[in-house]
Amino acid sequence: MLAPPSSRQVLAEQLAAHGYLVDDALAMSVFLALRMQRPLFLEGAPGVGKTLLAGVLAELFETRLIRLSCYEGLELSQAAYEWNYPRQLLALQAHTHSQASEVPPPRAATPAGGATAMIDELYREAFLLKRPLLQAIDAALGRAPVLLIDEIDRADEEFESFLLELLGEFQITIPELGTLKARHRPIIVLTSNRTRDVHDALKRRCLYHWIDYPTLATEVEIVRRKVPGLAAHLRHHVVAFVQRLRREDLSKLPGIAETVDWAEALSHLGSTVLEPATVDATLGLLLKYHDDIEQVRGDRVVQLLVESA
Amino acid sequence: MTARGEMDVMGDDIEHAVVGLVRALRGAGLPVGIEQSESFAQALAWVDPMVRREVYLAARATLVSRREDLAVFDEIFAAFFGGPRVPKAQATPLAPRHDRSAFVRTALVAYMAERPEPNAREVEVPEQDKAASGLELLQRKDFSNCTPAELDAIARAMRELRFDVTLRISRRLVRARRGGRLDLARIVRAAARRGGTVVALARRRRKLRHRPLVVLADISGSMELYTRIVLQFLHGVTQHHARTETFVFGTRLTRITGQLQIRQVDAALAHAAREIVDFAGGTRIADCLHAFDRLHARRVLGPGAVVLIISDGWETGDPARLDAQMRRLAERAHRVVWLNPLLGRPGYAPEVRGMAAALAYVDDFLPIHDLRSLQALAVGLGRIPRRKGARSPWRVRGSLGHPRTPIVHAIHPAHAHPAFPGRRGEP
Repeated sequence: MLAPPSSRQVLAEQLAAHGYLVDDALAMSVFLALRMQRPLFLEGAPGVGKTLLAGVLAELFETRLIRLSCYEGLELSQAAYEWNYPRQLLALQAHTHSQASEVPPPRAATPAGGATAMIDELYREAFLLKRPLLQAIDAALGRAPVLLIDEIDRADEEFESFLLELLGEFQITIPELGTLKARHRPIIVLTSNRTRDVHDALKRRCLYHWIDYPTLATEVEIVRRKVPGLAAHLRHHVVAFVQRLRREDLSKLPGIAETVDWAEALSHLGSTVLEPATVDATLGLLLKYHDDIEQVRGDRVVQLLVESA
Repeated sequence: MTARGEMDVMGDDIEHAVVGLVRALRGAGLPVGIEQSESFAQALAWVDPMVRREVYLAARATLVSRREDLAVFDEIFAAFFGGPRVPKAQATPLAPRHDRSAFVRTALVAYMAERPEPNAREVEVPEQDKAASGLELLQRKDFSNCTPAELDAIARAMRELRFDVTLRISRRLVRARRGGRLDLARIVRAAARRGGTVVALARRRRKLRHRPLVVLADISGSMELYTRIVLQFLHGVTQHHARTETFVFGTRLTRITGQLQIRQVDAALAHAAREIVDFAGGTRIADCLHAFDRLHARRVLGPGAVVLIISDGWETGDPARLDAQMRRLAERAHRVVWLNPLLGRPGYAPEVRGMAAALAYVDDFLPIHDLRSLQALAVGLGRIPRRKGARSPWRVRGSLGHPRTPIVHAIHPAHAHPAFPGRRGEP
């Protein structure tokens, strides 16, 4: 599929066909982002499928997924572009050698004229290394790619300001070369786990969406698709248990991926009903902190199983 | 989905409705910019404006830019377009000030009540030498024994102190004269300008950054005698150190960072007092730390954060819970400093329920009872080691230490809690 969908319902069906289930609010946000050609800013707890959405969009539009994972200290040189310094130095050296072999020109002529020519020579596209952000607007691409800027909250605040031009204008200005503008506007998805607040200027250029944990019905459907081997009644109980667990006071709540992992483990174990002993033994697939496991294991599991049955 | 024709308003005048909704949202405090309202208008071209649900979803997708605004948005939208209201249970609790009447405010209120007129203090200017000698005497006077006038003098002296927290090395690179690594971008550019000869090697090094500073201050009844100075201290630190987050607690936690950013100290404290609601009496440190962990820690405990807890450790809740909460905090923070005014009293030992439980996770346990202890704090904050769990920058004996109490030795976490994994060195 190449054209943007005609309505959010169509989009939701297409995403579902690729294994990604959305509620109508998320469907609307994605639909509008595609239609209005605006970046989509996804915030939410870890494990609700923020990153996955970008991959599914790339599949849906049969296009490339370009991914930039953010971290502290991320710079323009790794995110957007860098000059190929070794090659530039080689070119410089070749240039000086060729000059040396020639008859030395009159002394006054060299510095000014030679330097500008030299700079033009060195800062050409041939010496440019394209990093993810520049790749995403590269005119050589046949169609718009999906650009995923993952966990923007991990990058420094300074980095956000680099992004403003790209998110607002779909262009990147390189001082030595000029402004490169996207011929096909990329589909941009930004994600944040909200470890810090992202600047308003950045959010203003995007459509914001908070992804919550899925509803019981949606999550049951996700598990049905991912783990077809699990019996229907067990599937329901598994999801209900996880959803109940998310209301507990824990350091890290289980995400959708954890639910699926756990369901898969239970199907491998050949379980037919959820036994407290099995749950205790496999709790590590749902909870990733020792304290959380200690808090839930045993009596609390029994209680939660009854409540979620 | 709702039937067509329900939304007469939209059918008649879309523009009018957009403007009206945006205005209502701004009135409720949502940051809706011009870009957003334009986006909303644009979005309406892509959905059916006659269907309420579609308009709602489009508005939500374009006008809301923070999670915490979603509940308010739902209410405003419902109020604006009529129709079924959002179930009350889903709405987020309103800010504390809305249900203030039910609570009695404690120490802070007492403090605010006895404050002289804001200007009075500035008018009275003590003679230089007299003030100096007075300060000399005040150096070691416990805050709880000071008269209001003495406390004012101490507060003034406190403003001279610089609470600079050590910097941490970030992963970001900046230009440097020497050291670090080569900056090829600059080397090539300079060489090109000189016709191809590399003349000097430009360099880059890691950038130094301020550490986030988080202050959690106990303002419950048992701290009453110190609250006055503590609040002045909070204001001073928040003003001085750009990355400070300030919280006060008794039985519940309140963030007052925003209020303390007001420059004028009395105005700032007056604003803060308006936010703080608390039951008189007990301290639920564990509950408050828990609230901090769930609501704020992810955001404010950035890399290399230093946490100051100001409390006498008089926990009325379960000490076991405090143990767990302190452990969480110590795992996430670069350094946890506990400031206890009672530590200034000769012979004090941290036997209070809670204080003993918390100590295992505290890097530095220091008094905060006189001017001298504040000065020592200021010096030590500037010497916080780069390695997590490293030896205390506050000297064990000397101007500050209390040789009778073995506490300072006992708290070195690596020794105090061998099973505790969070105290590794960090880069």
